[in-house]
Amino acid sequence: MFDLDLWREIFQSINKNKLRTVLSGFTVAFAVLLFTVLFGIFGGLSNTFEDSFKDDAENAIFIRSGRTTKPYKGLQAGRRIQFKNKDYDHVKTDYEENIQYSTSRLFKNVEASFQGEKNSYTLLAVNPDHQYLEKTLIKEGRFINSNDLKNKTKVVVIGRLVEEDLFVKTTALGKYVNLSGIQYKVIGIFTDDGGDDQERMIYMPISTAQQIYGSNDYIDQILVTYKPEMKIDDAISFGITLEKKLKERFSVAPNDQRAVRVFNMAEQTQGARRFSGGLYVIGLIIGFGTLIAGIVGISNIMIFIVKERTKELGIRKALGAQPKSIVSMIIIESIVITFVAGILGMLLGVGLLEWIGPLLEEKYFLKDPSISRSLVITATIIIIIAGIMAGYMPAKKASKIKPIVALRND
Amino acid sequence: MLKISQLHKSYPIGDSSLHVLKGIDLEVESGEMVAIMGSSGSGKSTLLNIIGILDEHDSGEYTLDNVTIKDLTEKKAAIYRNKFLGFIFQSFNLINYKTALENVALPLYYQGLSRKDRQEKAKFHLEKVGLLDWAHHLPNELSGGQKQRVAIARALAADPKLLLADEPTGALDTTTSYEIMEFLQQLNDEGKTLLIVTHEEDIAAMCKRVVRLRDGIIMEDKLVEQVRVGENV
Repeated sequence: MFDLDLWREIFQSINKNKLRTVLSGFTVAFAVLLFTVLFGIFGGLSNTFEDSFKDDAENAIFIRSGRTTKPYKGLQAGRRIQFKNKDYDHVKTDYEENIQYSTSRLFKNVEASFQGEKNSYTLLAVNPDHQYLEKTLIKEGRFINSNDLKNKTKVVVIGRLVEEDLFVKTTALGKYVNLSGIQYKVIGIFTDDGGDDQERMIYMPISTAQQIYGSNDYIDQILVTYKPEMKIDDAISFGITLEKKLKERFSVAPNDQRAVRVFNMAEQTQGARRFSGGLYVIGLIIGFGTLIAGIVGISNIMIFIVKERTKELGIRKALGAQPKSIVSMIIIESIVITFVAGILGMLLGVGLLEWIGPLLEEKYFLKDPSISRSLVITATIIIIIAGIMAGYMPAKKASKIKPIVALRND
Repeated sequence: MLKISQLHKSYPIGDSSLHVLKGIDLEVESGEMVAIMGSSGSGKSTLLNIIGILDEHDSGEYTLDNVTIKDLTEKKAAIYRNKFLGFIFQSFNLINYKTALENVALPLYYQGLSRKDRQEKAKFHLEKVGLLDWAHHLPNELSGGQKQRVAIARALAADPKLLLADEPTGALDTTTSYEIMEFLQQLNDEGKTLLIVTHEEDIAAMCKRVVRLRDGIIMEDKLVEQVRVGENV
């Protein structure tokens, strides 16, 4: 297939007819430029949207309690619902088939001090699974484990900023930190993408906290994640079931919105997915519309080119050019122009995105407006196919020109 | 070399058709130099186009170098044109973005010769028409006579059996016309077979045989005393 002379012919033809080449290339380059920029911006919009859910696990379900607002089954309104360990165990075991990770949570405000440095922090007492639920990243040491929980050990895992605040001259790992008069060993330091507040937290085994703060088995919050392989609709209905069953368990009116609150990320995720899916479809329609316009443009130009070259093709045929050589010459010329122009448009588009990206990120909150590699490759392939299509029809027509007809129009 | 019998050709014009060639019988031997004459509309160009396999005849027989030319595929036609025939046109028909040398080399490209061979052969033929110094000039940098000589070199490049010239001097002044005819006579002397369509008597007189067409039939076909350009004009 590779015929050096054919390529020489083609490059000569492209080279000697610069205006024609530039005009046809421009259409394609512009279409691809628009396509790239458009998809970059749409991608940025999607990224922004998905980013707002990134910190916590996407499949988390938060269960909180409050006071009843409606009397139900002879019980008065204003009754306080308090979760206990057995409620957590109930959720964990009864819905085992749907649950990936689970933890109970207890919040306290504490004064922490180490060698004269002092500050107040939120203490969050949790189960070992919490690490995965909050997407806590362990920087040094380890997270709380089941032994800590069983033995109610006096250990804490502190945030990066807690270490920075308190351990001015030394590192925290292995040292003892004083929380409201009791010494706890620091067994780990963590970081979190959720921001500074998240990194100013102290984690402790929930059993330890329950013993020290009140000698009871109270829980503020239950947090679970549903199995990631669950379909989003199933996950949503799982959340609804959970809420219904818990309300029954605490004799809360089914329409009481405050006593038992279940917040299911699946519902948020679904909304987000629908939104970015919608955006994507719109982007796709507009993007491919632009490409098609480009393809039509180059088809037009190729038809014109063939018409303009009728005489030349007639001469070539009179000199013994076979139809095959005429067809391949025109198609390859078309492909070369579309390919080069397409790549150029794409580079320009990507460059433009790189250039205006930071500006968009700053002013319009578009996160990372860029185009994926696979989409770039798809677009390139589409352009090459377009090049073939755009060249084929006119080339076929050209190969059928009778040399006598072609030579007649002097 | 070439044998035509009872050749007919008509062109459709709207609902009716125009009968251009009404039974042509013609035989040309190797080494002849034939002028085909006739007023416009006599069918002389149509005949040349059919002989050149640029057009197809409706009925009758046409054999070229013992090959029957009938219902050829585009590919076959292209191969025969390339192998048997060299064309010289009134309007030269050079490709305007190619240099003289590239134009001459083009039929060799379609013969599948290597680049080196093409260059060599093309240079040889350009030298023959006396234009080697102009090898790298584009057609629009050449005079009419020079263009026609490049076209002749191109027609010769593939070493065809038959040279077909359609009004080769039609776009040239008298002096240049005679120069071209002198060159064509030299080619004939070297053994090339030439078929020249013309409507100019003086050009026809420089050939060895004159065929006169009128309304699609051959009126007259006679050998003539060739007027040599170099000596008499």
